[in-house]
Order: sequence, then C-alpha cells, then structure tokens
Amino acid sequence: MNSSLALSIERSKTLRVVAKNWAFFFLLFFLILFSITGRGFLSVMNFQNIVHLSVIAILMASAETFVIITSGIDLSIGFVMGLSSVTAGKIIQILYNSGNHSAGFSIFIGISIALVLSLIPGIISGIMIAKYKVPPFIATLGMWGITNGIALKISNGFPVAELPDSLTKIGNGYTLYYKPGGGFSFFGLPEGVGNEHIRDYIRLIPNSFLFLAIVLFILYFLLKKTKFGQHTYAIGGNEDAAIRSGINVKKHLIIIYTLSSFIAGIAGIFNIFQTGIGNFTPFGAMYELFAVAAVVIGGASLMGGKGGILASVVGVLLIAVLENGLLISGVEPFYRFIAVGLLLILAIVIDELFPDLF
Amino acid sequence: MQNLNNHTRTGLLLKIGRQWALLFLFIELIFFSFMARGFLSLNVFQIIFFFGTAVFLLGTAELFAIITGGIDLSVGYVMGLATIVSAKLIVAFTKTGMGPGLSITLGILLTLVIGLLPGYVNGMLISKLNVPPFIATFSMLGISHGVSELLIAEKAAKNLPQLANTIGNGYFLYYSKGIGFSFFSRPEVARRVKVVEILPNVVVIAFILIAVFAFILNRTKFGQHTYAIGGNRDAAIRSGINLNRHIIKVYMLASFLATIAGVLYTLKYVTGKADAGASSLLDSIAAVVIGGASLYGGKGTVWRTILGGLIIAVLETGLRIMGIPTFDKYIIVGIILITAVLVDQFFPERTYKE
Amino acid sequence: MGYLIETRNITKRFGGLVAVDNVSLGVNAGEVVAVLGDNGAGKSTLIKMISGVYPSDEGKIFFNGQEADINSPMDALAIGIETIYQDLALAENLNVYSNIFLGREKTKKFMGFVPVLDHDYMHEEASKVLKKLDINIPSLRNNVRTLSGGQRQAVAISRSIYWNAKVLIMDEPTAALGVAQQKQVLDLVNTLKDHGIAVILISHQMHDVFEVADRIVVMRRGEKVGDLVKAETSTEEVVNLIVGSEMVK
Repeated sequence: MNSSLALSIERSKTLRVVAKNWAFFFLLFFLILFSITGRGFLSVMNFQNIVHLSVIAILMASAETFVIITSGIDLSIGFVMGLSSVTAGKIIQILYNSGNHSAGFSIFIGISIALVLSLIPGIISGIMIAKYKVPPFIATLGMWGITNGIALKISNGFPVAELPDSLTKIGNGYTLYYKPGGGFSFFGLPEGVGNEHIRDYIRLIPNSFLFLAIVLFILYFLLKKTKFGQHTYAIGGNEDAAIRSGINVKKHLIIIYTLSSFIAGIAGIFNIFQTGIGNFTPFGAMYELFAVAAVVIGGASLMGGKGGILASVVGVLLIAVLENGLLISGVEPFYRFIAVGLLLILAIVIDELFPDLF
Repeated sequence: MQNLNNHTRTGLLLKIGRQWALLFLFIELIFFSFMARGFLSLNVFQIIFFFGTAVFLLGTAELFAIITGGIDLSVGYVMGLATIVSAKLIVAFTKTGMGPGLSITLGILLTLVIGLLPGYVNGMLISKLNVPPFIATFSMLGISHGVSELLIAEKAAKNLPQLANTIGNGYFLYYSKGIGFSFFSRPEVARRVKVVEILPNVVVIAFILIAVFAFILNRTKFGQHTYAIGGNRDAAIRSGINLNRHIIKVYMLASFLATIAGVLYTLKYVTGKADAGASSLLDSIAAVVIGGASLYGGKGTVWRTILGGLIIAVLETGLRIMGIPTFDKYIIVGIILITAVLVDQFFPERTYKE
Repeated sequence: MGYLIETRNITKRFGGLVAVDNVSLGVNAGEVVAVLGDNGAGKSTLIKMISGVYPSDEGKIFFNGQEADINSPMDALAIGIETIYQDLALAENLNVYSNIFLGREKTKKFMGFVPVLDHDYMHEEASKVLKKLDINIPSLRNNVRTLSGGQRQAVAISRSIYWNAKVLIMDEPTAALGVAQQKQVLDLVNTLKDHGIAVILISHQMHDVFEVADRIVVMRRGEKVGDLVKAETSTEEVVNLIVGSEMVK
C-alpha cells in the first residue's frame, strides 16, 4: 500500500471518522440522492418496505457477523433458513389441517421444532471446525449441501402452503396504528373499527420491526456487553492468545456456529410469518454470500477480530437502499449485482487506506 | 500434532486412505450398475462426461486459485457471461454476412480474449490492493452476473448458425461396421447400418485443454511457482518469484478456463444464459476438495480434481436414472465433501514431529 | 531460605535426543536469573518444563520448597508461574485493559441477573497495576495494535503480575525491540525484582543479561555448564562457557 498516502490521510481526523463510517455516510448520501431522483422514495411506506424486505438479510448478516469476527465463515445459513421455514411449515400444515389443533398451537409447535432443528447444522459444523480442524469454508459448504437437500426433500421441491392465515396477519401486521387526531392503537385497529376505516389510520410499526429489534438488541448485547462477545473478538484477534489465556476456544467456536445456525433458523421463522408459506431457499439466492458482503461492507474483516451487529445492519441497508432506490429511479435492476460488487471492493480499499488506530 | 501421529496408519490402510476417492468412485459405479437400469452403457457415460465438462473445467480453474491459497467464486458467472458474449458475437458476425465458420471462430477468439478481463481485475484486486480473494471474486461474481443480465436485457442471443450446433453436439469419433472409425463427421452409410457415436466433440476439446493445464501445473516453472506460493508465500517471495504478477496470471487463467467452459456451453446449447455456470461453482469447489486439495493452499492436482468432478457427475447421473430427485445429490455431495476433509486429516501425507 | 522455584535434576528426552540433561536450577524471590546458551542448548526446553508445556521425564520441580506437580500450562499458572513468550499472546484488536483481563473478564449484573462486562472496574484495576510497575501508556482504551513493542511487552508483563505471578519466565524479551524500548523493558525487569518476583530471563543479548541479571546460568548441549554470580564473572568467561572453553583456549 501507499503508506505515505495513508499517513497523510491519517492526519486529518475528520476524514478518518468519515472513512471509518463510510458505509453509514454512503447510506445517508443515497437516501438524500434517491429522495431527490426517485418519486415516492421518501415516504414512510417505502422505508417500511425497505426494512421489511431486508429483515431476512439483516438476520443473515447478524449470524454471519459472529462467525466472521472469529475469522470463520458460514456458507450454510441460506439453506438452514430454508430448512427452518419448510420444517415449520410442514409441521404447522400437518397439525392444523388435522383439524384437532388450533392455529396458535400448531404454529407454536411448528416454530419450536424448527428452531430446535436449526441448531443441529451449526453444532455439526462447529464440531468439525473446532475439533477436527476442517476449514470453515468446507464444513459449512458441506452443511450447505446437506441442509439444502433435506429442505428440498421435506418440501418435495414445492413451497409448503395451506397454512393458517394468522401467520401473515402477525407477520405483515403492525404493532402500532395511529389516527391523526384520534390517538394510537396497538396490534390492530381499535375495537369496533372496521377494515373499511383502515385508510384513516397510519400504520407505524410493522410487527416484523418489533421482533427484529428485539432479536438485534439481544445479539448486539451479547456481542458488545458480555464475556462471550469479548471472547469472540479475542479469538478472531489472536486465537493462540485466547487459548493461552484459558478461553475454551473449541467450545466457543461450536457455540458460535450453533448460534449462527440458530439465527438462520429464526430468519426462516420470519420468512414463514411474512409469506404465509414454508419456503425452501432457491438455489441461486446466495443469501450467505450477500450476508458476507453486507458484513464486510459494514467494516468487518474476513481475517477476523472486528465487526459489529449495527455495522452489519448498515451494510445490509446500504445494499437494500441502493437496490430500492435504483428500482424507483427506473434504473435496470441488474445494476444491483454490479453495485454490490463495487461497494465490496470499496469497503476493502478504504479499510486498507485507513488502518485501525483506535 | 501428537494427535496426527496417533492417526498415522501404515501400509495398506494408509494407501487406501490416500486413494479413497478412487475407491469411492468404483463403489459408486458398481452401485449404480446394479441399482440403475441401463447405467452401464456408452450413452450414459457420454452423458456423465457431457454434464461433467463444466465441472471439470471450472474445477481446474478453481484448483489453480485454491493451490495459491485463494478461491475464485466468480468462475460460474464468468462462464455465464462467456456464453452470452460468445453467442452475441457469433450472431453479430453472422449478421454482417460472414460465413458461419469464420463468425464462430472470430466470436470464440474474441470471447476468449474478453474472458481474460475478469481474471485480470480479480488478480489486480487480490495482489495489488490486498483484497481477500473471497471478496474480490465475489464482487466479480456480482459484476459478471449484472453485466450478463444487462447484455440480454433487450434481446436474448438466438439464431446461432447451424454449424455451432453441429460442432457442439457432434462427435469426434464415430464407428460403423464395415467403414471402421471415422473422425469429426458422421460417415455416409446406408440407413440401416448402425453408426456408433463414441466421443463427443465438447468432451474431447475439454479434455485436451485440461491436459494442457495439467501439464502446466505439473511440468512447468509456472506450476511449480503456483505450489510454492500456496506452500509458503514468504519463501516464494524471497526466492525471487514475482508474487503479484503470478497471482494475476493465476486468476486470469481461472477466468480463461471458465470462459472456455462458457464457449463450449454456447456451442452445445446454441444460446447464452447468465446462470449457465451458477450451479457448477460449488460442484467445482467440491470437486477440488474431494480431489484432495487443501483450502490452505499448496496441494492438489488436476487429475484428482477430475476424479472429484467424476464422483459428482456419476452421482448426479446415476440418481437421475434411478428416478431419485436430485435433492439427494446435495446431501450426498455435502457428506462426501466433509468426509474428504476428515479423511485427509486422518491419513496425512506426511507425519510431522515437534 | 530456600529457592522460590527450583528444578532438581530434571531431564527431557525427545526420542534419542537428550534436550535437557539432569539440570538443577534455583531462583530466589526478587532475583533475576539469566539462562544463556547457544541455539539447541536446551534453554527453551528447560523453561517449557517449568511452565508446564512439556512434562519432564526425570527429576522434580519445587515451588516454595514444596514439590509441584506441573503437567500442563494451567498447573503452572495456578501456582503463579507465568511465561511471557516472544509473541506476547496479546489480542491486538482489543484494548489494553481487555488484554490484561483476557479470559478472566470481570462482569457485573445487568438488571440484576444478566452478566455484562464491567469495563470501569477492569479499567481501574489495570491502571493500578500499570502504576505499580511504573508503566506509562497514554490510554488503556487504545487497542494494543496502536502500542509500541516495548509497551506491548509491558502489557503482557502487567497481565502476569496482576494475576499474581510469583515467577516470571521471559523468553527473549528484548529481541525484537529498538534500543530505547529495550531500556524500558530492562527497567521494568528491575521493578519486578523490587516487587519480589523471581524472574527467569532467556536471552541472547549479553548486554541485557549483564544489565539486569543477578546470576547467570549457562547451558550447553542440554547440560548446565555454569552457574555464576554476575558480580564475580565477566563476559569472556560466559562466552567461553557458551561456546565450549576448550575451543577458545
């Protein structure tokens, strides 16, 4: 690298702050740009739409964040999500359509089993990586194939449909409704108000936001405030030092991959609530690769030791806003792939130019 | 290390352990011979190799990157881009009134030159800007995908000259009773005489190229340096290897092989498709790893990669003949992949001592 | 008074090679003993036995006059034997106090039941130990990546001291440092001595050894060939012992 350039840049503190948070400033910049160029971009509805569509990507990126901080990678999360979604779907379908169980009970059992099941791929990858020194890329690629195959077998290659309506009612519902001058209402329209009046109300907080916020808060807390999080950074920074200071690195890595897999499982549950059907992950979706991209754009390094949940969320939103804005501005959607590619390269180059000094 | 020593098997077991992939392929072949009706036939083997070509070529491309300790995620979509570029170019040349032979030749040559570009950019990013290979080539995956979609956004590339089809679906070697072997063109025989089509052109072309690259890796200085970089980067630099230039060349070579795979696809299916190689990417990485290469670099050979690719191609074809949905293929490939690495751990090539 | 840490006739073999042959070595509290020797003389193996990396084949290790059963690095750490390796074992992406508390982080209860990192406590404790050792680092919230080699060395040593090291083994502490920073580290070794720590120093640098050591032990081909009080010896004598005096004479 051009070190004299790097040095002269280091002197300017403002520039450094901007460079360290470039993804965030880019996000702001694009928000402003698209507000000007794209009709209908600047609206509560559109922003809700962007986040609603990014929920899955945000969860995926959060899962990948933990793994990447330990200098690993998890390629299986996309298909673990699909596995969780179809498993939950299938169980709900069977229970609910048997006529013996209520929608609520079926959904509860379905998502519980799916979430427990989603721990398994992570435990297996984790054991292979930690105990048998299989490179994370390979272990999770193997799990990628296995979870994909099982999800397809369970669903027989078709989405799992005929599920209770309450799924989408919750998944696409709003926590907070607001009638200008008429006050707030939680989880639905006020009693006695028919759906014909829904236009009078502004729908403020989608349920998916609320649940996403809860999950993100827990993950953020875990990573930034607890011993577990501290050890995660330590392992990524210097695995040898972590071992020598008595951290049980093997156990920690197994937990990390299990957590990643579990978060992917949660994403599968979000997916079934949002769409009302159990979806297997399509072959070319590349959720895991876009998650890695978002995490890196957010400032993490594949070498491990750095990154954060909020930074990864910024990474996802930057990609999402770019896509949404390009779409609304009438640009061909294919530029999306190119844009993500260029953002990634930019992320690395900025990281090289501004080494961490804090 | 001590753990490894304990697992050092001797003699026969170790030999079998090292050759487990070959053994596995035999077991697969025997299994499908019994379980899949009509598996043991020339036709089925042609299908295996036919479908296998993309995995073999992309696998070889991937192998070079992996030996240097890198990875190339872009090969699948570079292949897709090549199918579109070559199809478009051939159609465009034909429209200018050129003969089919000339337009195909020119179209392919130009595509091969263009196909060096993604690799060049990958190599530059990785060597000069220190972008991790995973990220650089993933970016290139996105860019190739985007460009491909843009190119066919207005109009798909269709109406390639008939000659393309003749080459792509023709055979290199035919046999018919009375006439014997004949090359390239179907012998003129009476209708009742059976002509056996032996070697598909596409497979022959692919294998000639693979042989060339196997030679490069095994016998040349370039190949030796590739291993050296993967084995010990610092030592390679200190012994005077121009690391940056070599890395750039390796990724250009990978991109070139992916382009070849794309061109062959165009000849065979007489059209371009953006995601032509998308599903072959992970198969190709799996092939390389099953073939015994290490993602840490420094290890792996072309023929073992082909062996890995064959294991996947045989599996896919066999399952298809048995009427089992290919869902199972993913599960089995996943398991084989993990087994490959575990076997490698338990049967190390050498034992290390403290 | 007996030695704080003592090896009696310890031996380590690797296959046919005798790496350490029947070596007895003792260090008092507040004493610095330098172990010198050529490459392959057995210095590393000797300290690895004391720090629990290798179990010894023969002989015993005594701590504070009692036989110590050291079979793993954890056993050694438990009785207060800490080793500072050349690579220092620091996580460069974490700050100074996080490294001092690495693996033994202090937590407090959040909302009464969720254990969270107690940054304030760790910061305060870390500054206390640095102050005790006269170490000057601008901000303990800076990542270790931003520190100089000497400062990193100091962080690694502070960590050991904070966790009650009684015996500190230092492997080539000044090898990768510039002159000014070597001075800092040697000053720190003197401070440790004042605090009653027994220091075993492995070094190639004759100058360092004569600067801080009280006694000098020389090893050659796995055997202890000299145990000299610094005040009564000279560089020539030590060099002769290292290379084998018969060759010099």
